[in-house]
Amino acid sequence: MAFRPRHLLGIEHLSPEDIRTVLDLAEEYVDLNRRTVKKTDALEGMTQINMFFENSTRTQASFELAGKRLGADVMNMAMQTSSVKKGETLIDTALTLNAMHPDLLVVRHGSSGAVDLLAQKVECAVINAGDGKHEHPTQALLDALTIRREKGRIQRLTVAICGDVAHSRVARSNLILLGKMENRVRLIAPPTLMPSGVAEFGCEVYDDMREGLRDADVVMMLRLQKERMDGGFIPSEREYFHRYGLDAEKLAYAKDDAIVMHPGPMNRGVEIDGTIADDINRSVIQEQVEMGVAVRMAVMDLLARNLRADRGRALNEGTYV
Amino acid sequence: MTIFLQNARLIDPEALSETTGNVVIDNGRIAAIGDMSAPADAEVIDCGGKCLAPGIVDLGVKIGEPGERHMESFRSAALAAAAGGVTTIVARPDTASAIDTPETLEFVRRRAADAPVRILHMAALTKGRDGQEMTEIGFLKDAGAVAFTDVARVSDQTKVLQRAFTYAASLGVLVIGHPQEPGLSKGAAVTSGKFASLRGLPGVSPMAERMGLERDLALVEMTGLAYHADQITTAKALPALKRAKEAGLDVTAGVSIHHLTLNALDVGDYRTFFKLTPPLRDEEDRLAVIEAVAEGLIDVICSMHTPADEESKRLPFEEAASGAVGLETILPAAMRLYHSGQLSLPQLFRGLALNPAKRLGLPQGRLAEGAPADLVLFDPDAPFVLDRFKLRSKSKNTPFDTSRMEGKTLATFVSGVQVYRNNNDL
Repeated sequence: MAFRPRHLLGIEHLSPEDIRTVLDLAEEYVDLNRRTVKKTDALEGMTQINMFFENSTRTQASFELAGKRLGADVMNMAMQTSSVKKGETLIDTALTLNAMHPDLLVVRHGSSGAVDLLAQKVECAVINAGDGKHEHPTQALLDALTIRREKGRIQRLTVAICGDVAHSRVARSNLILLGKMENRVRLIAPPTLMPSGVAEFGCEVYDDMREGLRDADVVMMLRLQKERMDGGFIPSEREYFHRYGLDAEKLAYAKDDAIVMHPGPMNRGVEIDGTIADDINRSVIQEQVEMGVAVRMAVMDLLARNLRADRGRALNEGTYV
Repeated sequence: MTIFLQNARLIDPEALSETTGNVVIDNGRIAAIGDMSAPADAEVIDCGGKCLAPGIVDLGVKIGEPGERHMESFRSAALAAAAGGVTTIVARPDTASAIDTPETLEFVRRRAADAPVRILHMAALTKGRDGQEMTEIGFLKDAGAVAFTDVARVSDQTKVLQRAFTYAASLGVLVIGHPQEPGLSKGAAVTSGKFASLRGLPGVSPMAERMGLERDLALVEMTGLAYHADQITTAKALPALKRAKEAGLDVTAGVSIHHLTLNALDVGDYRTFFKLTPPLRDEEDRLAVIEAVAEGLIDVICSMHTPADEESKRLPFEEAASGAVGLETILPAAMRLYHSGQLSLPQLFRGLALNPAKRLGLPQGRLAEGAPADLVLFDPDAPFVLDRFKLRSKSKNTPFDTSRMEGKTLATFVSGVQVYRNNNDL
């Protein structure tokens, strides 16, 4: 097995081989999670701290469940009410936590690059659970697992990513992952929600949704943040739904067996029509949530193995502190 | 006291020439240049064929007085300047309380009086640099302000600016603008484009610079003001500058050494020491701006020395302070352009010394008989690896930390007095 990274900060740092390793191991955890007894001892005795500087229910719950099923002691830090409010800097918070000897740190932060910064200052494995508009690697991995299970492969597919690409870390991580695995990626968004220079990433850029969806194997919808709905980036919610909301008519442009994905939480009637989201023949949105726990278990398991190996090596060389 | 500098490679930015010869310094001035032998009882310094150029006149240096003396004091800045070959600092008014009254200006003048290099002061154009009401431009001029600027804070109150420009023009003072469209550049941390998108950082289009410049130039045309654009960093802004100069407007422009030697990709993994105002640009822009310096379209090269403490830089990129120190690194950074063959030494010193001095009406910046003996002796080829903790500035926020550089200052003279000597290399 080739997975060597110490942290999971972004898909950018993973090789296609790393990605395959995570997905293969995650498959095993999918089976485990469907049993009545869901526990293993992969992280037995290890401490996992979830630091969410931004509100999150779903991702935090998914990481918490993943850690507990692997046997770790999981602690959630409510960063909104913590010393951060008292003016403590990110680095001081990191150093304080580091002194408690956690083994895994799961971090979400509103600023791009904040998790990278924090990872430089701690001795444990750090998992990026979303930093600003930069990356959200476990989301891309769980999306990849979902696609692979549905389509039987994660190569040579046409994947359309639609919606607020500019502000989406999910879109960035997916774009990088799907590119690394040699898929054809299309980005569909109104030009005000499309990041500049993005065509240079080797993807196709569309502002016409029907054109972009033509013959797609996978349709990945993105959430449109409430605060961006009025006036600033798009004229109105209803005009957005009319032009970029996924409904049966637009979906008909994609392949007949195209799957529909959404990272959640959904705005029904804004970016996606409720009946599409609930269509069990097309929508894999619930499966994505299930894959989320399995992928996070796989990532934490792999990082913990590397952590043990690093510490074992340091112990042999007498450099372990 | 007479000093004889013998066997120097003389960099003359006025004639754009390089010759070998000797220089006699007497009574604070350059008394003679040529083949002559040493006058009796002169102190003889053998330059060993190294370069002698007019000292750098650094237009736009931030010093933390008043208010942020822990980041940079007049003393630390002057020591850094002397070691960096900067003989005249033109200090910015964007201090913790802005230099916007004659009283504050008098305070900084007093604080700067004993410095080993020349320190001149600029004052704010509007009170508190808020872009709402003009400062006492007349009083401030009388108190010694050499130029007026709100530095990087750009007013969106065009009417206020029109009045301030009109008033300033009537007094014949120089106003320095920061060409940037304030609405478009709001909240930006980097230049928009592929890199900004990949890193998920808020970007500003390079077009914001041209828009800001066009507005300022239109106001200059209306008011007849003497105007200097602090930093032109994009290719798109250059035609507007060229047009204004050809139309005979009293306009000049500068660029920071960082924008000439670094590009947007240098930010890499969110390295906050590369966060600057305006942000670093794409490589095509950097090359276009170097070309503009070579042609003389861009007049001035400055360090935009902006000290920032560790705390303000050890933050996520968007939240981190902007700016870099540059007094001690402007010369070796400039040598990168010399070694790459993009700019000659006389061209570099035209931007570093001659043009900024001319713009401020100073006699410095020339290597000519009768000119003040503000000189820098340096070895353009001497290699070193920069260690930021060895900088004399109180703040160590340089983007060149651990970089391999070439170009060491050997000695610096201000008014004929040696204010710095590198004993290891000279």
